[in-house]
Amino acid sequence: MVIVKIKNESLIVKISGDLDLVIAKDFRETVDKILVDRPLKNLILDLTEVNFIDSSGLGAILGRYKLIQQQGGKMSIWGAKPSVHRILDLSGILKIIPVFKNEKNIIEKREA
Amino acid sequence: MAMKNRDNYIKLEFSSLPENVALARVLIASLVVQVDTTITDLEEVKVAVSEAVSNAIIHGYQNEPNNIVNIEAKIVAGELEIVVEDSGIGIEDVEKAMTPTFSTHPDRMGLGFVFMKSFMDNVEVLSEIGKGTKVVLQKKLVNDGSCARVAT
Repeated sequence: MVIVKIKNESLIVKISGDLDLVIAKDFRETVDKILVDRPLKNLILDLTEVNFIDSSGLGAILGRYKLIQQQGGKMSIWGAKPSVHRILDLSGILKIIPVFKNEKNIIEKREA
Repeated sequence: MAMKNRDNYIKLEFSSLPENVALARVLIASLVVQVDTTITDLEEVKVAVSEAVSNAIIHGYQNEPNNIVNIEAKIVAGELEIVVEDSGIGIEDVEKAMTPTFSTHPDRMGLGFVFMKSFMDNVEVLSEIGKGTKVVLQKKLVNDGSCARVAT
């Protein structure tokens, strides 16, 4: 499941369940539909409720990162569980997208 | 406890639908938890299965849903072997496909085979153009490590 909210200049996307082929598609389509009409400064990905991720999920994250970057925005990840964090780390995504412990930290840091 | 670690075998065929990637993952996870293994091993097997089945659907069948993916798995003496097979387009250059960051799709990272290779002890890919692809994944789940058991 993908839930989005827009707070100031940030698009916060909360994903629940297994971020595989099915949810990756939902995530990609939801985010792209919003950003095409309204470029935002930040894309915050809340992974607190994600139990599993594979390369389909990673590909969708990387694709959204490229999109928000093209629009001059930034992307951050919040709250990845240890098993998910490990896959993010192995993929190299953590070298380009910062991970924060909570949403408040990200917004404060991004909007400072 | 007496039931733990005995040999087991399953076989399933399903439509090449994205939703069935989770089905395959849950199926294999349910098989793996029957033996004494670690959470890390379980997580790694789930990722490897997810990659193999996703590849069959996305690449083998080019997202065409009316096809069949076969999955077969056995555990013999604590050793897991999973076979994922499709009758799709096949892979032109297996060696190239297994290279990190090689992907035919712009939104994918080319990490499928990288994860399969890092998370399993052995990965074999047999593919023929126009015939299909068979991926064999092997991993030792139970260490006969009598040492570890004695120590506990």
